[in-house]
Amino acid sequence: MAYDYQPFPYVPPPGLRGPEPRHPVAIVGAGPIGLALAIDLAQRGVAAVVLDDNNVVSVGSRAICWAKRTLEIFDRLGVGERMLNKGITWKVGRNFHGADEVYSFDLLPEDGHKYPAFINLQQYYVEEYLIERAQELGIDLRFKNRVVGHEDKGDHVVLTVETPDGSYTLEAAWLCACDGAKSPTRDRMGLPFEGQTFEEHFLIVDVEMAESPFGSDVPERWFWFHPPFHPGQSALLHAQPDNIYRIDLQLGPETDAATEAAEEKVLPRIRAVVGDRPFRLDWMSVYKFRCARLERFVHGRVLFVGDSAHVVSPFGARGGNGGIQDVDNLGWKLAAVLGGAAGPDLLDSYDTERVHAADENILNSTRATNFMTPKSPIEALFREEVLRLSHRHSFARRLVNSGRLSLPAVLPGYDKGDAPVAPGTAMPDAPLSDGWLIERVQGEFTLVGFGDIALPEVPGVRRLGIGQTGAPYPCCTSPGDVAQARYGAGWAYLFRPDGHVQAAFRDPTAELVAAEVARAFGPNAEVTP
Amino acid sequence: MTDQTDRLGARGDDVYAALMAAHEGLTEAESHSLNARLVLMLANRVGDADAVIALIRDAADMTGKDA
Repeated sequence: MAYDYQPFPYVPPPGLRGPEPRHPVAIVGAGPIGLALAIDLAQRGVAAVVLDDNNVVSVGSRAICWAKRTLEIFDRLGVGERMLNKGITWKVGRNFHGADEVYSFDLLPEDGHKYPAFINLQQYYVEEYLIERAQELGIDLRFKNRVVGHEDKGDHVVLTVETPDGSYTLEAAWLCACDGAKSPTRDRMGLPFEGQTFEEHFLIVDVEMAESPFGSDVPERWFWFHPPFHPGQSALLHAQPDNIYRIDLQLGPETDAATEAAEEKVLPRIRAVVGDRPFRLDWMSVYKFRCARLERFVHGRVLFVGDSAHVVSPFGARGGNGGIQDVDNLGWKLAAVLGGAAGPDLLDSYDTERVHAADENILNSTRATNFMTPKSPIEALFREEVLRLSHRHSFARRLVNSGRLSLPAVLPGYDKGDAPVAPGTAMPDAPLSDGWLIERVQGEFTLVGFGDIALPEVPGVRRLGIGQTGAPYPCCTSPGDVAQARYGAGWAYLFRPDGHVQAAFRDPTAELVAAEVARAFGPNAEVTP
Repeated sequence: MTDQTDRLGARGDDVYAALMAAHEGLTEAESHSLNARLVLMLANRVGDADAVIALIRDAADMTGKDA
Protein backbone atom coordinates (compact mmCIF):
# COMPACT_ATOMS: atom_id res chain seq x y z
CA MET A 1 0.00 0.00 0.00
CA ALA A 2 1.28 3.46 -0.85
CA TYR A 3 2.45 5.59 2.10
CA ASP A 4 -0.15 8.08 3.27
CA TYR A 5 1.58 11.48 3.36
CA GLN A 6 -0.02 13.53 6.14
CA PRO A 7 0.84 17.23 6.09
CA PHE A 8 1.99 18.61 9.44
CA PRO A 9 0.15 21.72 10.57
CA TYR A 10 1.70 25.12 10.08
CA VAL A 11 1.29 27.23 13.22
CA PRO A 12 2.09 30.95 13.01
CA PRO A 13 5.32 31.30 15.03
CA PRO A 14 5.49 33.72 17.98
CA GLY A 15 8.26 35.66 16.20
CA LEU A 16 5.67 37.12 13.81
CA ARG A 17 4.07 39.03 16.70
CA GLY A 18 7.20 40.23 18.48
CA PRO A 19 10.80 39.31 19.28
CA GLU A 20 11.29 35.80 20.67
CA PRO A 21 13.76 35.11 23.48
CA ARG A 22 17.09 33.87 22.10
CA HIS A 23 17.01 30.12 21.41
CA PRO A 24 20.01 28.00 22.44
CA VAL A 25 19.98 26.16 19.11
CA ALA A 26 18.20 26.66 15.79
CA ILE A 27 18.17 23.61 13.54
CA VAL A 28 17.54 24.20 9.86
CA GLY A 29 15.94 21.14 8.25
CA ALA A 30 13.53 18.56 9.66
CA GLY A 31 15.01 15.55 7.88
CA PRO A 32 16.38 12.56 9.79
CA ILE A 33 19.52 14.48 10.81
CA GLY A 34 17.85 17.67 12.07
CA LEU A 35 15.16 15.72 13.91
CA ALA A 36 17.63 13.32 15.51
CA LEU A 37 19.77 16.24 16.67
CA ALA A 38 16.75 18.05 18.15
CA ILE A 39 15.79 14.88 20.04
CA ASP A 40 19.32 14.29 21.30
CA LEU A 41 19.50 17.89 22.57
CA ALA A 42 16.02 17.73 24.12
CA GLN A 43 17.01 14.60 26.04
CA ARG A 44 19.92 16.64 27.42
CA GLY A 45 17.64 19.51 28.45
CA VAL A 46 18.47 21.79 25.48
CA ALA A 47 15.37 23.13 23.71
CA ALA A 48 16.20 23.54 20.02
CA VAL A 49 13.82 25.10 17.52
CA VAL A 50 13.53 23.19 14.22
CA LEU A 51 12.77 25.15 11.04
CA ASP A 52 11.71 23.43 7.83
CA ASP A 53 10.48 24.91 4.55
CA ASN A 54 8.19 21.94 3.91
CA ASN A 55 5.39 20.24 5.84
CA VAL A 56 5.56 16.56 4.89
CA VAL A 57 8.03 13.75 5.47
CA SER A 58 10.45 12.65 2.73
CA VAL A 59 8.64 12.13 -0.56
CA GLY A 60 9.93 8.80 -1.82
CA SER A 61 11.79 6.13 0.14
CA ARG A 62 15.23 7.75 -0.45
CA ALA A 63 17.54 6.55 2.36
CA ILE A 64 16.46 3.01 3.19
CA CYS A 65 19.45 1.14 4.68
CA TRP A 66 20.02 1.87 8.36
CA ALA A 67 23.11 0.33 9.88
CA LYS A 68 23.50 -1.29 13.28
CA ARG A 69 25.35 1.69 14.76
CA THR A 70 22.58 4.04 13.62
CA LEU A 71 19.94 1.78 15.18
CA GLU A 72 21.90 1.81 18.44
CA ILE A 73 21.89 5.62 18.34
CA PHE A 74 18.17 5.59 17.52
CA ASP A 75 17.74 3.32 20.55
CA ARG A 76 19.24 6.02 22.74
CA LEU A 77 16.90 8.56 21.12
CA GLY A 78 13.89 6.38 21.97
CA VAL A 79 12.96 5.22 18.45
CA GLY A 80 15.26 2.24 17.80
CA GLU A 81 12.85 -0.53 18.70
CA ARG A 82 10.03 1.01 16.68
CA MET A 83 12.29 1.20 13.63
CA LEU A 84 13.48 -2.37 14.15
CA ASN A 85 9.91 -3.65 14.45
CA LYS A 86 8.77 -1.96 11.27
CA GLY A 87 11.96 -2.42 9.25
CA ILE A 88 13.10 -5.38 7.20
CA THR A 89 16.07 -7.05 8.87
CA TRP A 90 18.72 -8.40 6.53
CA LYS A 91 22.33 -9.42 6.88
CA VAL A 92 23.21 -11.48 3.82
CA GLY A 93 24.35 -9.85 0.60
CA ARG A 94 24.91 -11.71 -2.67
CA ASN A 95 26.94 -10.55 -5.65
CA PHE A 96 26.22 -11.94 -9.10
CA HIS A 97 28.26 -11.80 -12.28
CA GLY A 98 25.87 -12.41 -15.14
CA ALA A 99 23.47 -15.07 -13.90
CA ASP A 100 25.99 -16.71 -11.54
CA GLU A 101 26.33 -15.95 -7.86
CA VAL A 102 30.04 -15.42 -7.19
CA TYR A 103 30.14 -14.18 -3.64
CA SER A 104 27.93 -13.78 -0.60
CA PHE A 105 28.59 -12.19 2.77
CA ASP A 106 27.01 -12.32 6.21
CA LEU A 107 27.34 -8.92 7.89
CA LEU A 108 26.62 -10.06 11.44
CA PRO A 109 27.69 -13.63 11.95
CA GLU A 110 27.57 -13.50 15.79
CA ASP A 111 24.64 -13.37 18.22
CA GLY A 112 24.33 -11.23 21.33
CA HIS A 113 23.55 -7.83 19.79
CA LYS A 114 20.27 -5.96 20.32
CA TYR A 115 20.28 -4.69 16.73
CA PRO A 116 21.03 -6.46 13.45
CA ALA A 117 23.65 -5.41 10.90
CA PHE A 118 21.06 -3.57 8.85
CA ILE A 119 17.39 -2.87 8.50
CA ASN A 120 15.72 -1.43 5.46
CA LEU A 121 13.14 1.22 6.27
CA GLN A 122 11.90 3.98 4.02
CA GLN A 123 13.04 7.48 4.98
CA TYR A 124 9.41 8.61 5.29
CA TYR A 125 8.88 6.14 8.16
CA VAL A 126 12.15 7.16 9.81
CA GLU A 127 11.07 10.81 9.67
CA GLU A 128 7.53 10.01 10.84
CA TYR A 129 8.83 8.16 13.91
CA LEU A 130 11.37 10.88 14.68
CA ILE A 131 8.70 13.59 14.38
CA GLU A 132 6.41 11.68 16.74
CA ARG A 133 9.25 11.31 19.21
CA ALA A 134 10.08 15.02 18.88
CA GLN A 135 6.44 15.92 19.54
CA GLU A 136 6.42 13.64 22.58
CA LEU A 137 9.41 15.62 23.92
CA GLY A 138 7.65 18.93 23.25
CA ILE A 139 10.19 20.07 20.64
CA ASP A 140 9.37 23.32 18.84
CA LEU A 141 8.90 22.07 15.23
CA ARG A 142 8.07 24.81 12.76
CA PHE A 143 6.87 23.63 9.37
CA LYS A 144 6.57 26.03 6.42
CA ASN A 145 9.27 28.16 8.07
CA ARG A 146 11.88 28.78 5.37
CA VAL A 147 15.20 30.23 6.51
CA VAL A 148 16.20 32.78 3.86
CA GLY A 149 19.06 34.53 5.62
CA HIS A 150 21.39 34.31 8.58
CA GLU A 151 24.10 36.44 10.10
CA ASP A 152 26.77 35.22 12.50
CA LYS A 153 27.14 37.87 15.23
CA GLY A 154 30.06 36.15 16.97
CA ASP A 155 28.17 35.06 20.07
CA HIS A 156 24.87 34.22 18.35
CA VAL A 157 23.24 33.95 14.94
CA VAL A 158 20.31 35.98 13.62
CA LEU A 159 18.08 34.09 11.20
CA THR A 160 15.52 35.51 8.80
CA VAL A 161 12.58 33.18 8.35
CA GLU A 162 9.72 33.30 5.84
CA THR A 163 6.30 31.85 6.61
CA PRO A 164 2.94 31.88 4.82
CA ASP A 165 2.10 34.87 7.09
CA GLY A 166 5.23 36.89 6.38
CA SER A 167 8.79 36.91 7.65
CA TYR A 168 10.36 37.28 11.08
CA THR A 169 13.78 37.14 12.68
CA LEU A 170 14.98 34.74 15.29
CA GLU A 171 18.12 34.61 17.42
CA ALA A 172 19.96 31.45 18.39
CA ALA A 173 23.26 30.86 20.17
CA TRP A 174 24.08 28.16 17.59
CA LEU A 175 22.78 27.40 14.11
CA CYS A 176 22.89 23.76 13.02
CA ALA A 177 22.60 23.43 9.25
CA CYS A 178 20.88 20.08 8.67
CA ASP A 179 19.52 21.29 5.35
CA GLY A 180 20.79 18.52 3.14
CA ALA A 181 23.01 18.00 0.12
CA LYS A 182 21.94 21.26 -1.52
CA SER A 183 22.26 23.17 1.79
CA PRO A 184 21.02 26.75 1.31
CA THR A 185 23.00 27.68 4.45
CA ARG A 186 26.21 26.48 2.81
CA ASP A 187 25.39 28.31 -0.43
CA ARG A 188 24.61 31.52 1.43
CA MET A 189 28.04 31.38 3.07
CA GLY A 190 29.71 30.67 -0.28
CA LEU A 191 31.60 27.69 1.13
CA PRO A 192 33.32 25.45 -1.41
CA PHE A 193 31.91 21.91 -1.54
CA GLU A 194 34.43 19.98 -3.54
CA GLY A 195 34.93 16.41 -4.62
CA GLN A 196 34.33 13.93 -7.41
CA THR A 197 31.21 13.89 -9.60
CA PHE A 198 30.32 10.65 -11.34
CA GLU A 199 28.95 10.86 -14.87
CA GLU A 200 26.83 7.71 -14.68
CA HIS A 201 23.08 7.95 -14.42
CA PHE A 202 21.20 5.55 -12.18
CA LEU A 203 17.50 4.75 -12.20
CA ILE A 204 16.09 4.08 -8.75
CA VAL A 205 12.62 2.56 -8.56
CA ASP A 206 10.38 1.34 -5.76
CA VAL A 207 7.80 -1.24 -6.77
CA GLU A 208 5.10 -2.85 -4.68
CA MET A 209 4.76 -6.58 -5.26
CA ALA A 210 2.96 -9.30 -3.31
CA GLU A 211 5.49 -11.93 -4.33
CA SER A 212 9.13 -11.63 -3.25
CA PRO A 213 11.62 -11.46 -6.12
CA PHE A 214 14.19 -13.17 -3.87
CA GLY A 215 12.40 -16.47 -4.34
CA SER A 216 12.27 -17.05 -0.57
CA ASP A 217 10.99 -15.28 2.54
CA VAL A 218 14.47 -14.18 3.58
CA PRO A 219 15.22 -10.64 2.41
CA GLU A 220 18.78 -10.05 1.28
CA ARG A 221 20.80 -7.54 -0.74
CA TRP A 222 21.40 -8.71 -4.29
CA PHE A 223 23.85 -6.97 -6.59
CA TRP A 224 24.53 -7.87 -10.21
CA PHE A 225 27.41 -6.97 -12.48
CA HIS A 226 26.22 -7.54 -16.06
CA PRO A 227 22.81 -8.93 -15.11
CA PRO A 228 21.18 -11.03 -17.84
CA PHE A 229 18.13 -8.75 -17.58
CA HIS A 230 20.09 -5.50 -17.96
CA PRO A 231 23.12 -6.19 -20.16
CA GLY A 232 26.37 -4.34 -19.70
CA GLN A 233 25.30 -2.50 -16.54
CA SER A 234 24.81 -3.18 -12.83
CA ALA A 235 21.67 -3.68 -10.73
CA LEU A 236 20.79 -3.71 -7.03
CA LEU A 237 17.75 -5.22 -5.33
CA HIS A 238 16.58 -4.55 -1.76
CA ALA A 239 13.42 -5.37 0.21
CA GLN A 240 11.50 -2.72 2.15
CA PRO A 241 8.46 -2.95 4.44
CA ASP A 242 4.94 -2.98 2.94
CA ASN A 243 5.99 -5.33 0.10
CA ILE A 244 8.03 -2.60 -1.50
CA TYR A 245 11.21 -3.48 -3.37
CA ARG A 246 14.00 -1.13 -4.33
CA ILE A 247 15.50 -1.68 -7.76
CA ASP A 248 18.54 0.37 -8.69
CA LEU A 249 19.70 0.18 -12.32
CA GLN A 250 22.86 1.68 -13.78
CA LEU A 251 22.04 3.48 -17.03
CA GLY A 252 25.45 4.64 -18.24
CA PRO A 253 26.72 8.17 -18.80
CA GLU A 254 25.12 8.98 -22.15
CA THR A 255 21.47 9.07 -21.09
CA ASP A 256 18.86 11.72 -20.70
CA ALA A 257 17.38 11.70 -17.22
CA ALA A 258 13.93 12.95 -18.23
CA THR A 259 13.58 10.33 -21.01
CA GLU A 260 14.71 7.54 -18.71
CA ALA A 261 12.23 8.52 -15.99
CA ALA A 262 9.28 8.18 -18.38
CA GLU A 263 6.97 5.35 -17.36
CA GLU A 264 7.03 3.70 -20.79
CA LYS A 265 10.83 3.43 -20.47
CA VAL A 266 10.81 2.30 -16.84
CA LEU A 267 8.11 -0.39 -16.94
CA PRO A 268 9.91 -2.71 -19.41
CA ARG A 269 13.11 -2.38 -17.38
CA ILE A 270 11.27 -3.45 -14.22
CA ARG A 271 9.53 -6.32 -16.00
CA ALA A 272 12.95 -7.52 -17.09
CA VAL A 273 13.94 -7.77 -13.40
CA VAL A 274 10.79 -9.16 -11.79
CA GLY A 275 9.41 -11.24 -14.66
CA ASP A 276 5.64 -11.63 -14.89
CA ARG A 277 4.95 -10.92 -11.19
CA PRO A 278 2.33 -8.17 -11.01
CA PHE A 279 3.67 -4.94 -9.51
CA ARG A 280 2.77 -1.32 -8.85
CA LEU A 281 5.23 1.51 -9.47
CA ASP A 282 5.51 3.40 -6.17
CA TRP A 283 8.30 5.95 -6.72
CA MET A 284 11.19 6.54 -9.05
CA SER A 285 14.05 8.89 -9.66
CA VAL A 286 16.97 9.20 -12.09
CA TYR A 287 20.11 10.56 -10.56
CA LYS A 288 23.85 11.13 -10.73
CA PHE A 289 25.91 11.48 -7.61
CA ARG A 290 29.04 12.92 -6.18
CA CYS A 291 31.38 12.50 -3.26
CA ALA A 292 32.24 15.84 -1.66
CA ARG A 293 32.64 17.55 1.67
CA LEU A 294 33.17 20.90 3.28
CA GLU A 295 36.73 21.56 4.37
CA ARG A 296 35.45 22.27 7.88
CA PHE A 297 32.11 21.42 9.52
CA VAL A 298 32.35 24.17 12.16
CA HIS A 299 32.21 27.78 10.97
CA GLY A 300 31.94 30.16 13.91
CA ARG A 301 28.43 29.76 15.29
CA VAL A 302 27.26 27.69 12.31
CA LEU A 303 27.63 23.90 12.48
CA PHE A 304 27.13 21.63 9.47
CA VAL A 305 25.65 18.21 10.13
CA GLY A 306 24.84 15.38 7.70
CA ASP A 307 24.55 15.88 3.93
CA SER A 308 25.11 19.63 4.22
CA ALA A 309 28.65 18.78 5.39
CA HIS A 310 29.39 15.74 3.22
CA VAL A 311 27.80 13.69 0.45
CA VAL A 312 28.59 10.22 -0.82
CA SER A 313 27.26 7.88 -3.48
CA PRO A 314 24.62 5.52 -2.10
CA PHE A 315 26.70 2.34 -2.50
CA GLY A 316 27.63 1.46 1.06
CA ALA A 317 24.75 3.24 2.79
CA ARG A 318 27.11 5.81 4.23
CA GLY A 319 25.03 8.97 3.72
CA GLY A 320 22.18 8.81 6.21
CA ASN A 321 24.16 6.58 8.55
CA GLY A 322 27.12 8.96 8.49
CA GLY A 323 24.79 11.85 9.28
CA ILE A 324 23.23 10.13 12.30
CA GLN A 325 26.73 9.47 13.61
CA ASP A 326 27.47 13.20 13.20
CA VAL A 327 24.49 13.85 15.47
CA ASP A 328 25.72 11.31 18.01
CA ASN A 329 29.10 13.02 18.10
CA LEU A 330 27.74 16.57 18.25
CA GLY A 331 24.76 16.29 20.63
CA TRP A 332 26.59 15.80 23.93
CA LYS A 333 29.31 18.28 22.99
CA LEU A 334 26.90 21.06 22.05
CA ALA A 335 24.92 20.44 25.24
CA ALA A 336 28.16 20.57 27.28
CA VAL A 337 29.17 23.87 25.66
CA LEU A 338 25.72 25.37 26.25
CA GLY A 339 25.69 24.11 29.84
CA GLY A 340 29.14 25.57 30.57
CA ALA A 341 30.80 22.20 31.18
CA ALA A 342 33.11 22.78 28.22
CA GLY A 343 34.40 25.68 26.17
CA PRO A 344 33.38 26.17 22.52
CA ASP A 345 36.64 24.56 21.39
CA LEU A 346 35.14 21.18 22.33
CA LEU A 347 33.30 21.61 19.03
CA ASP A 348 36.68 21.49 17.24
CA SER A 349 36.74 17.80 18.13
CA TYR A 350 33.37 17.40 16.36
CA ASP A 351 35.05 18.88 13.31
CA THR A 352 38.18 16.70 13.57
CA GLU A 353 36.38 13.46 14.34
CA ARG A 354 33.57 13.78 11.80
CA VAL A 355 35.81 15.10 9.01
CA HIS A 356 37.90 11.97 9.58
CA ALA A 357 34.76 9.79 9.39
CA ALA A 358 33.49 11.64 6.30
CA ASP A 359 36.81 11.00 4.57
CA GLU A 360 36.52 7.30 5.35
CA ASN A 361 32.96 7.23 4.00
CA ILE A 362 33.94 9.19 0.89
CA LEU A 363 36.94 6.92 0.26
CA ASN A 364 34.83 3.77 0.49
CA SER A 365 31.93 5.01 -1.56
CA THR A 366 34.25 6.52 -4.22
CA ARG A 367 36.03 3.21 -4.61
CA ALA A 368 32.76 1.29 -4.88
CA THR A 369 31.42 3.72 -7.44
CA ASN A 370 34.67 3.61 -9.42
CA PHE A 371 34.47 -0.17 -9.49
CA MET A 372 30.88 -0.02 -10.74
CA THR A 373 31.54 2.65 -13.32
CA PRO A 374 35.03 2.13 -14.78
CA LYS A 375 36.12 5.42 -16.29
CA SER A 376 38.74 4.16 -18.73
CA PRO A 377 39.22 1.03 -20.88
CA ILE A 378 42.01 -0.17 -18.57
CA GLU A 379 39.79 0.20 -15.48
CA ALA A 380 37.06 -1.72 -17.30
CA LEU A 381 39.59 -4.41 -18.19
CA PHE A 382 40.78 -4.88 -14.59
CA ARG A 383 37.19 -4.91 -13.40
CA GLU A 384 36.25 -7.61 -15.92
CA GLU A 385 39.21 -9.78 -14.93
CA VAL A 386 38.41 -9.41 -11.22
CA LEU A 387 34.87 -10.55 -11.96
CA ARG A 388 36.05 -13.46 -14.09
CA LEU A 389 38.58 -14.54 -11.46
CA SER A 390 35.95 -14.25 -8.74
CA HIS A 391 34.16 -17.32 -10.07
CA ARG A 392 37.18 -19.46 -9.17
CA HIS A 393 39.35 -17.55 -6.71
CA SER A 394 38.25 -16.30 -3.33
CA PHE A 395 40.93 -13.56 -3.28
CA ALA A 396 39.20 -11.91 -6.26
CA ARG A 397 35.81 -12.07 -4.53
CA ARG A 398 37.28 -9.85 -1.88
CA LEU A 399 38.08 -7.26 -4.57
CA VAL A 400 34.58 -7.28 -6.07
CA ASN A 401 33.22 -3.98 -4.79
CA SER A 402 29.46 -3.45 -4.81
CA GLY A 403 29.70 -1.14 -1.78
CA ARG A 404 31.59 -1.47 1.50
CA LEU A 405 28.70 -1.18 3.90
CA SER A 406 28.61 1.47 6.60
CA LEU A 407 30.61 0.80 9.73
CA PRO A 408 31.40 3.40 12.39
CA ALA A 409 34.78 5.08 12.03
CA VAL A 410 37.33 4.69 14.81
CA LEU A 411 37.96 8.11 16.37
CA PRO A 412 41.31 9.64 15.41
CA GLY A 413 43.81 10.62 18.10
CA TYR A 414 43.33 7.63 20.40
CA ASP A 415 46.11 5.19 21.23
CA LYS A 416 45.05 1.65 20.44
CA GLY A 417 46.65 0.13 23.55
CA ASP A 418 46.28 -3.57 24.32
CA ALA A 419 42.67 -3.78 25.55
CA PRO A 420 40.39 -6.15 23.60
CA VAL A 421 38.29 -3.14 22.48
CA ALA A 422 40.56 -0.29 21.43
CA PRO A 423 39.95 3.29 22.63
CA GLY A 424 38.19 5.35 19.95
CA THR A 425 36.03 2.40 18.89
CA ALA A 426 32.22 2.50 18.87
CA MET A 427 31.09 0.15 21.62
CA PRO A 428 30.28 -3.45 20.70
CA ASP A 429 26.94 -4.45 22.23
CA ALA A 430 26.49 -7.41 24.60
CA PRO A 431 23.51 -9.04 26.30
CA LEU A 432 22.90 -8.29 29.99
CA SER A 433 20.64 -10.01 32.51
CA ASP A 434 18.28 -7.03 32.32
CA GLY A 435 18.68 -5.73 28.77
CA TRP A 436 21.60 -4.72 26.60
CA LEU A 437 24.93 -3.05 27.22
CA ILE A 438 24.19 -0.19 24.80
CA GLU A 439 21.11 0.73 26.87
CA ARG A 440 23.16 1.02 30.05
CA VAL A 441 26.12 2.87 28.60
CA GLN A 442 25.08 5.34 25.91
CA GLY A 443 24.06 8.89 26.78
CA GLU A 444 26.40 9.71 29.65
CA PHE A 445 30.01 9.15 30.64
CA THR A 446 29.91 5.61 31.97
CA LEU A 447 32.59 3.50 33.60
CA VAL A 448 31.99 -0.23 33.20
CA GLY A 449 33.89 -2.98 35.00
CA PHE A 450 33.92 -6.34 33.22
CA GLY A 451 34.43 -9.21 35.66
CA ASP A 452 36.47 -8.83 38.81
CA ILE A 453 37.58 -5.20 38.83
CA ALA A 454 36.58 -2.46 41.30
CA LEU A 455 35.39 0.90 39.97
CA PRO A 456 36.26 4.19 41.68
CA GLU A 457 33.72 6.93 42.30
CA VAL A 458 34.28 9.83 39.89
CA PRO A 459 31.99 12.88 39.79
CA GLY A 460 29.85 12.98 36.65
CA VAL A 461 30.58 9.36 35.76
CA ARG A 462 27.94 6.64 35.97
CA ARG A 463 29.17 3.20 36.99
CA LEU A 464 28.17 -0.34 36.07
CA GLY A 465 29.68 -3.63 37.18
CA ILE A 466 29.19 -6.75 35.06
CA GLY A 467 29.64 -10.12 36.75
CA GLN A 468 30.44 -8.48 40.10
CA THR A 469 28.72 -8.64 43.47
CA GLY A 470 28.73 -6.50 46.59
CA ALA A 471 29.93 -3.35 44.83
CA PRO A 472 28.57 0.06 45.94
CA TYR A 473 27.18 0.75 42.43
CA PRO A 474 24.71 -0.96 40.05
CA CYS A 475 25.74 -4.42 38.92
CA CYS A 476 24.31 -7.05 36.61
CA THR A 477 25.41 -10.19 34.82
CA SER A 478 25.88 -11.01 31.17
CA PRO A 479 24.33 -14.33 30.07
CA GLY A 480 27.15 -16.68 29.08
CA ASP A 481 29.63 -13.96 30.19
CA VAL A 482 29.44 -12.62 26.62
CA ALA A 483 30.22 -9.06 27.73
CA GLN A 484 33.37 -10.18 29.57
CA ALA A 485 34.44 -12.20 26.53
CA ARG A 486 34.01 -9.19 24.22
CA TYR A 487 35.68 -6.61 26.47
CA GLY A 488 38.07 -8.83 28.43
CA ALA A 489 37.54 -9.97 32.02
CA GLY A 490 39.42 -7.75 34.46
CA TRP A 491 39.19 -4.63 32.26
CA ALA A 492 37.34 -1.40 33.00
CA TYR A 493 36.26 0.92 30.19
CA LEU A 494 35.28 4.57 30.24
CA PHE A 495 32.70 5.29 27.53
CA ARG A 496 31.91 8.74 26.14
CA PRO A 497 28.25 9.80 25.94
CA ASP A 498 28.30 8.80 22.25
CA GLY A 499 29.14 5.22 23.21
CA HIS A 500 32.75 5.35 22.01
CA VAL A 501 35.52 3.97 24.20
CA GLN A 502 37.43 6.86 25.77
CA ALA A 503 39.89 4.68 27.70
CA ALA A 504 40.48 1.17 28.99
CA PHE A 505 42.04 0.45 32.38
CA ARG A 506 43.53 -2.47 34.25
CA ASP A 507 43.66 -0.38 37.40
CA PRO A 508 41.10 2.43 37.18
CA THR A 509 41.89 4.95 39.89
CA ALA A 510 39.67 8.01 40.42
CA GLU A 511 42.52 10.25 39.19
CA LEU A 512 43.07 8.31 35.96
CA VAL A 513 39.37 8.19 35.14
CA ALA A 514 38.84 11.88 35.94
CA ALA A 515 41.80 12.77 33.72
CA GLU A 516 40.23 10.84 30.84
CA VAL A 517 36.89 12.60 31.32
CA ALA A 518 38.73 15.93 31.24
CA ARG A 519 40.57 14.87 28.08
CA ALA A 520 37.26 14.02 26.39
CA PHE A 521 36.00 17.51 27.19
CA GLY A 522 39.08 19.12 25.64
CA PRO A 523 42.00 21.07 27.04
CA ASN A 524 40.03 24.08 28.28
CA ALA A 525 37.27 22.13 29.95
CA GLU A 526 35.91 23.07 33.34
CA VAL A 527 34.39 19.82 34.41
CA THR A 528 31.68 20.63 36.90
CA PRO A 529 29.21 17.77 36.89
CA MET B 1 43.09 -25.02 -10.68
CA THR B 2 43.57 -24.21 -7.01
CA ASP B 3 41.60 -21.49 -5.33
CA GLN B 4 43.81 -18.49 -4.57
CA THR B 5 42.60 -17.52 -1.13
CA ASP B 6 42.60 -13.91 0.00
CA ARG B 7 45.79 -12.65 1.64
CA LEU B 8 45.19 -8.90 1.60
CA GLY B 9 42.00 -8.63 3.66
CA ALA B 10 40.37 -5.22 3.73
CA ARG B 11 43.61 -3.70 2.36
CA GLY B 12 42.77 -5.29 -1.00
CA ASP B 13 40.72 -2.17 -1.74
CA ASP B 14 43.82 -0.03 -1.11
CA VAL B 15 45.86 -2.12 -3.55
CA TYR B 16 43.14 -2.01 -6.21
CA ALA B 17 42.76 1.76 -5.84
CA ALA B 18 46.55 2.28 -6.09
CA LEU B 19 46.59 0.16 -9.25
CA MET B 20 43.81 2.19 -10.86
CA ALA B 21 45.52 5.43 -9.84
CA ALA B 22 48.79 4.25 -11.45
CA HIS B 23 46.96 3.72 -14.75
CA GLU B 24 45.12 7.00 -14.70
CA GLY B 25 45.94 9.18 -17.70
CA LEU B 26 48.12 6.54 -19.43
CA THR B 27 47.73 5.59 -23.08
CA GLU B 28 46.85 2.00 -23.86
CA ALA B 29 50.49 1.27 -24.78
CA GLU B 30 51.72 2.85 -21.55
CA SER B 31 49.22 0.80 -19.55
CA HIS B 32 50.45 -2.38 -21.25
CA SER B 33 54.04 -1.50 -20.32
CA LEU B 34 53.07 -0.74 -16.76
CA ASN B 35 51.24 -4.06 -16.43
CA ALA B 36 54.19 -5.97 -17.90
CA ARG B 37 56.67 -4.32 -15.53
CA LEU B 38 54.43 -4.92 -12.57
CA VAL B 39 53.91 -8.61 -13.39
CA LEU B 40 57.65 -9.13 -13.63
CA MET B 41 58.26 -7.32 -10.36
CA LEU B 42 55.53 -9.25 -8.57
CA ALA B 43 56.88 -12.56 -9.93
CA ASN B 44 60.26 -11.75 -8.48
CA ARG B 45 58.64 -10.72 -5.21
CA VAL B 46 56.77 -14.06 -4.98
CA GLY B 47 60.23 -15.58 -5.22
CA ASP B 48 59.08 -19.15 -5.89
CA ALA B 49 59.60 -19.98 -9.56
CA ASP B 50 57.34 -23.06 -9.52
CA ALA B 51 54.54 -21.10 -7.90
CA VAL B 52 54.90 -18.29 -10.45
CA ILE B 53 54.86 -20.74 -13.37
CA ALA B 54 51.74 -22.40 -11.96
CA LEU B 55 50.07 -19.00 -11.69
CA ILE B 56 51.03 -18.16 -15.27
CA ARG B 57 49.38 -21.41 -16.42
CA ASP B 58 46.26 -20.79 -14.35
CA ALA B 59 45.87 -17.26 -15.67
CA ALA B 60 46.62 -18.28 -19.26
CA ASP B 61 44.13 -21.11 -18.99
CA MET B 62 41.29 -18.59 -18.69
CA THR B 63 42.11 -16.95 -22.04
CA GLY B 64 39.11 -17.04 -24.34
CA LYS B 65 36.85 -18.68 -21.75
CA ASP B 66 33.75 -17.19 -20.16
CA ALA B 67 35.03 -17.40 -16.62
